[in-house]
Amino acid sequence: MSFAIFFILAILAVGAAVMVITTKSPVSSALYLVLVMCSLAGLFVLLGALFLAALQIIVYAGAIMVLFLFVIMLLNLRRDEFGHDSHLIQKYLGFVLVVVILVQGIVIVGWAMKDYSATSSLAPIEGTPVDYNSAHWVARTLFTKYAYPFEVTSVLLLAAMIGAVVIARKKRLPDIENEEG
Amino acid sequence: MENQSVAQIQSLIKLVPLFPLFGFLLNGLFNKRMPERFAGWLASLCVFISFVLSLWAFFLLKGLPVEARSVQAIWFDWIITGPFSASFSFLYDPLSAVMMLVVTGVGFLIHVYSIGYMHRDGGVSRYFSYLNLFTFSMLALVMANNLLLLYLGWEGVGLCSYLLIGFWFHKKSAADAGKKAFIVNRIGDFGFALGIMLLFWTLAGAGHPTINLVEISRLAPEILGGTGVVTVITLLLFLGATGKSAQIPLYVWLPDAMEGPTPVSALIHAATMVTAGVYMVSRLSALYVLAPISMAVVAIIGATTALYAASIGTVQNDIKRVLAYSTISQLGYMFLACGVGAFASGIFHLMTHAFFKALLFMGAGSVMHALAGELDMRKMGGVKKYMPATFMTMLIGTLAISGVPLLSGFFSKDEILFKAFTSPQGSPILWIAGILAAILTAFYMFRLIFMTFFGRSRMDPEVEHHAHESPRVMTVPLMILAFLAIIGGYIGLPEALGGGNWFEHFLAPVFAGEHTAAREMAPVPHSMEYLLLISSILAAAIGILVAYSFYIANPERPKRLAERFSDLYNTVLNKYYIDEFYNAIVVQPIIIVALFFWKITDVRGIDAAANGLANLIGWFSNKFRFVQTGLVRNYALLFVIGVVVLMGFVLLR
Amino acid sequence: MVPLGYFIVLSSVLFSIGVWGVLRSRNAIIIFMGIELMLNAVNLALIAFSSNMRQILTRFVQGVSPSEAADIIGSAMASGQVLVFLVMTVAAAEAAVGLAIIISIYRLKDSVNVDDVNIMKW
Repeated sequence: MSFAIFFILAILAVGAAVMVITTKSPVSSALYLVLVMCSLAGLFVLLGALFLAALQIIVYAGAIMVLFLFVIMLLNLRRDEFGHDSHLIQKYLGFVLVVVILVQGIVIVGWAMKDYSATSSLAPIEGTPVDYNSAHWVARTLFTKYAYPFEVTSVLLLAAMIGAVVIARKKRLPDIENEEG
Repeated sequence: MENQSVAQIQSLIKLVPLFPLFGFLLNGLFNKRMPERFAGWLASLCVFISFVLSLWAFFLLKGLPVEARSVQAIWFDWIITGPFSASFSFLYDPLSAVMMLVVTGVGFLIHVYSIGYMHRDGGVSRYFSYLNLFTFSMLALVMANNLLLLYLGWEGVGLCSYLLIGFWFHKKSAADAGKKAFIVNRIGDFGFALGIMLLFWTLAGAGHPTINLVEISRLAPEILGGTGVVTVITLLLFLGATGKSAQIPLYVWLPDAMEGPTPVSALIHAATMVTAGVYMVSRLSALYVLAPISMAVVAIIGATTALYAASIGTVQNDIKRVLAYSTISQLGYMFLACGVGAFASGIFHLMTHAFFKALLFMGAGSVMHALAGELDMRKMGGVKKYMPATFMTMLIGTLAISGVPLLSGFFSKDEILFKAFTSPQGSPILWIAGILAAILTAFYMFRLIFMTFFGRSRMDPEVEHHAHESPRVMTVPLMILAFLAIIGGYIGLPEALGGGNWFEHFLAPVFAGEHTAAREMAPVPHSMEYLLLISSILAAAIGILVAYSFYIANPERPKRLAERFSDLYNTVLNKYYIDEFYNAIVVQPIIIVALFFWKITDVRGIDAAANGLANLIGWFSNKFRFVQTGLVRNYALLFVIGVVVLMGFVLLR
Repeated sequence: MVPLGYFIVLSSVLFSIGVWGVLRSRNAIIIFMGIELMLNAVNLALIAFSSNMRQILTRFVQGVSPSEAADIIGSAMASGQVLVFLVMTVAAAEAAVGLAIIISIYRLKDSVNVDDVNIMKW
């Protein structure tokens, strides 16, 4: 049963991912990416990370992709009309590298790990009477063991926010404007 | 009482070198802003204070009992490493007392004379700073209580000699002469350094790593007596002495050194620096008496040089060259004395020579000053009516150097000849060489006087018109030195003539305890002494008479003789072509080697390597810069390549 | 129970697709999306591993009291998820800044073609 769910979600994710790259319209790319996120959220649920599945939908699909779409709309990007790129080395080497990474990931890592089975938290394990509650445990660990990284990320977000505002600001140059006017 | 004197002496001698050093610094640092008169008087004052302090210390030393006349004082620690230590410390005993008095006394007179001579030169304060530095180095040399400080002073006076010879460095001949002096000295210094090192090594090997002079004298008989190494050491040290004191084979720099200002010639190349070699040999007499072979070498070279240089001096026409060769010749006498074991006589002659040679040089300078720089005696003549004071003093100096009785030179030279004949290490042959040299000395000195001051004037009319006596600042030192040249000999009056030879007895403790052969010889009958005395007087008389006949009575004779024996005459005139010989044998090969190192090794080898490396990097960078295409995608590509490689590494392990 | 290897394979595939997107697109926005894809692939892998910890650790906690065992297993599993949490945060920050930069460049060059931004070259 979980196999079936897994395969459906997997096919969906991969298919949508390929469409992200290949489709011509940027908006379509963004929407396909949202689809990828959602299938991934499903896979998270399958793995028992309920809290993170929720987080994935809310943060990634809900905030980040929306931001992407805002920017695409703002820049008013049309369908991709670019010509053929002339860098042959980029084309061929790029292809080769992608294949290599794929192979590395699948063959070496995946093959070694094939005997480990990822369990769902929905089925209790012998010897551990407690029910695994992902949100509970994540919260506990996050606020005790990883309290420092947590605080640091808040600073990071602040910095990113300020940075984004500063970079994207329309520059006002009062002197020049006055001179020209 | 004694301790108090010793302590006083210690403080005094520590101050003595300070004043010239101070003068050097002041004149050297404030070169540009120093007014001319002030520079000269400041420098002279510093040396004068040193002289006064030396004199005071001398009297204190005399007050000490004979056994205690050796005081050491330390200025500061210099090198302290393990077994070897050297400090800036001084030794004060009769020998250094005499040397200090000579250096500061004669030095002071020459400083004063220079004030007049260098008037309006343009580099006056530089000159006086060098002179003071020289005085400091020379004092360090004679006051040192260890060989390292002595060597420091040795090198220091060599440096100052170079600086002062090439004082008018715009003149190529002067600059070349300075270089020649320094380089030839260096060869000698190399031998000297090797000698010191060998000595230290030998002593250290026997368990006494020291270079303290007092210690060396004390330890020498037991450690070095009867060994062969002491001969090697003394010969190496003597090599240094031949360089500094202009003996065969390293004397060639001294005639060229006459390019420097005349007071420099007087001070450095007559009275003080060139005597450093004699001082060094005397100071290390404890070593030399253990090596009879070296003593013989010293004596032979001394006598040979005396005769050889005197022969060259007889035909020179440049007034300063005559005096230069005379200096070399007289130094030969001093080494002859040391070589036969009569160290005190050598020092005695050193002292009297300082008086009359400085006098003669300064007189020559006075003549040059009056005749607008004329050096060639063939263009002089009859000068005495223009410069009576200079004439009188130079005459006194000439009488002294010729060994005319009753003047100082007579006593010192006669003593050397006597010791050469009678000492167990002497020999009649050495005595004959000495007598011949004495004849020649008297001859060429009187030739100088007659050609310069007497006879018909051969001067250029313009020059004669301006000829005048020198100012008092120059003639007064001449007169003082003339006075010393007359009475200076009486402190060494030998017993045969009624005196008690005070000088020799005063210096005896320095050379005592060692078995100076002269000490042990049987007393010579006075009749022998009188005979030798008469011979010296005769030698002087012969020389003077021949000079008179050549230059006063028959002025034509020299020219005719020169024509008859023209080959011989030319050879001697050209100093036996020794400079050309050295040039071919030594200088040219070295130049070839140097050129090789420059053109091949340096230019093609090292420069090529350095430039080549730079060019290689440049070429490489030029090729490599195309990696930066500016395209982000290419950079991303490189990223990914890196990631793949890393993953590969990790996974393959 | 889906074996861990499958999740890893899926993660690798998604990651490679992301790399492909980064290397072969000319549109800066698409490149960004490729980066997000890569991040997600990694998140998947992390969660897969962390869920798997339960199985591994169960063998080690046999001799320990149940509550402690629960503690150990729970925090081991949670660690992977906490990391994913942080990754998401950083991804968000990075997306914000990156898009701001793209906007800025668009203003300058009037295009989002990355090949047009090539002034800093030899």
